[in-house]
Amino acid sequence: MRKLIALLALLGAVTLGAPGIVAAQDKPAATTSTVTETIKVDAKAGTVTETVKMEEKTEAKPAAPEPNKGDVAWMLICTVIVIMMSIPALALFYGGMVRAKNMLSVLMQVFVTFSLITVLWFVYGYSLAFTEGNAFIGGFDRLFLSGALNVPAGEFATAATFSKGVVIPEIVFVAFQATFAAITCCLIVGAFAERIKFAAVLIFMVVWFTFAYAPIAHMVWFWPGPDAYTDPKLVDQLNATAGLIWQWGALDFAGGTVVHINAGIAGLVGAYMVGKRIGFGREAMSPHNLPLTMVGAALLWVGWFGFNAGSALEAGNSAALAFINTLLATACAVIAWSFGEWLFKGKPSMLGAASGAVAGLVAITPAAGNVGIPGAFVIGLAAGLVCLWGVNGLKRLLGADDSLDVFGVHAVGGILGALLTGVFNAPSLGGPGFVTDWVTAATGFSSIGEQVWIQAKAVLLTIVWSGVVAAIAYKIADAIVGLRVTEEEEREGLDVNYHGESAYHG
Amino acid sequence: MKFVTAIIKPFKLDEVREALSAIGVQGVTVTEVKGFGRQKGHTELYRGAEYVVDFLPKVKIEVAIKTEMLEQVIEAIEKSANTGKIGDGKVFVFDLEQVIRIRTGETGAEAL
Repeated sequence: MRKLIALLALLGAVTLGAPGIVAAQDKPAATTSTVTETIKVDAKAGTVTETVKMEEKTEAKPAAPEPNKGDVAWMLICTVIVIMMSIPALALFYGGMVRAKNMLSVLMQVFVTFSLITVLWFVYGYSLAFTEGNAFIGGFDRLFLSGALNVPAGEFATAATFSKGVVIPEIVFVAFQATFAAITCCLIVGAFAERIKFAAVLIFMVVWFTFAYAPIAHMVWFWPGPDAYTDPKLVDQLNATAGLIWQWGALDFAGGTVVHINAGIAGLVGAYMVGKRIGFGREAMSPHNLPLTMVGAALLWVGWFGFNAGSALEAGNSAALAFINTLLATACAVIAWSFGEWLFKGKPSMLGAASGAVAGLVAITPAAGNVGIPGAFVIGLAAGLVCLWGVNGLKRLLGADDSLDVFGVHAVGGILGALLTGVFNAPSLGGPGFVTDWVTAATGFSSIGEQVWIQAKAVLLTIVWSGVVAAIAYKIADAIVGLRVTEEEEREGLDVNYHGESAYHG
Repeated sequence: MKFVTAIIKPFKLDEVREALSAIGVQGVTVTEVKGFGRQKGHTELYRGAEYVVDFLPKVKIEVAIKTEMLEQVIEAIEKSANTGKIGDGKVFVFDLEQVIRIRTGETGAEAL
């Protein structure tokens, strides 16, 4: 009970403390939905009436774009399968790798973190990430989604995509992005699994989500949307409202920096600060159920199509490109990891193949819609081999007990993917290039060196930001409830001691 | 009376049981056990972590017999459990002081 009160107090402190940071930038909302036109939903109104309405508008001013049913359906499906990536996919992937006595603790940490972050996302997370504020963080215009929809009036605001005149309902964008915020936090669980207090996990998540996830998402992804760029004279002014890393011109299609590097670094810091598991390096800590890990990895792969192809925000060529890249790069990474293991370690393992799939998925995430087939091929193969080193040589070098290799797979794969995106985005290497002028939507490319440098800056900023916030967040959790379970509890297992149940009987 | 304990490879259990039945052994107790001998264990590799698995799964069978059957029983186990490879197991022979059948109270060779 004491812990619960402490938790509530912390939640309050976070909510009250946040305005101090951004109060000065409390500007009117632009959000991704600069298009404030709403869709009138009227069950009785037929298509004919709608068409008439649109024509009327055209005479007065340019018609505000309305969501296309195909895009809405596609984005809802994507959102659902990204939810599946956290629960159950990631939970099973992780759960299979821990010892049987800690199975439920991992499932619970993922399940509750997912729900906690989803709630926070609706309360203030979305607003901080995706409304106009300053270059680092958004404002409070969409607290509790205010302004995104007016249900009694049947009004739904729209959110911009990456194509002019194409929009989706803003609440669909909110839900889609909620699943990203949630899975990013869930990913961190793997680093301190099997030895952290459940309450400490929740406190850490609240702080880290607020001060690391929301700002990084804002810096990388917030911009005014293509429809705002109507006049070359407005470009500088509009660009200045976007997030810092977006302004730099970094390419991150579905979250190499925001999701994977962000979570991977927070995990590594956690592995250092929570300390090694008792008996680490001396006692066997074999995975208790690799079939579940394989099921989890396979479900992650399926869900990742929603994650990557859905990040196009519409059902079109960009989504299709992201889709096939996600398919090819992942298969390449499985092959690379398996053969690498066969060659260097003697046997190709199931855990290796499953890890290879996740490594490939991570690495192709920032690149998904930003590279062509050659890019996906190289990024996938490279991810399999580099992440294999990440969980072997590099892990020994770092000396941290990152239980389920959140750093070795997600941070390493994310960094690799982010940098290679800068290489294979080049049209000369089969990439699509990027939009250089949002007024005309013309695409181009500068030079590989220049783009890789921009990507590297984005990576470095994410590493430092996430690392610092994570360290503070663990300190706060430690001060309130303590991070580490007792030795006796750790030996007996977290399931019985923290959740009062056992995963397996008989 | 003698008490024979044999540690064998798990997949040889059925053959051993058949061989013992064939020479008239009336009962056998079987336990799944783990252990190591000259065969040693094996290593398992989970990403960067390598664990040596010292104890291998084996089956322990226990038979109580009349002294005159001892040679036959040892021969039956030796033949049926043999693969010729390291790790086939061992047979241990003990003197057996007393046997009691719980249901009837019979003792000694009668109770076997």
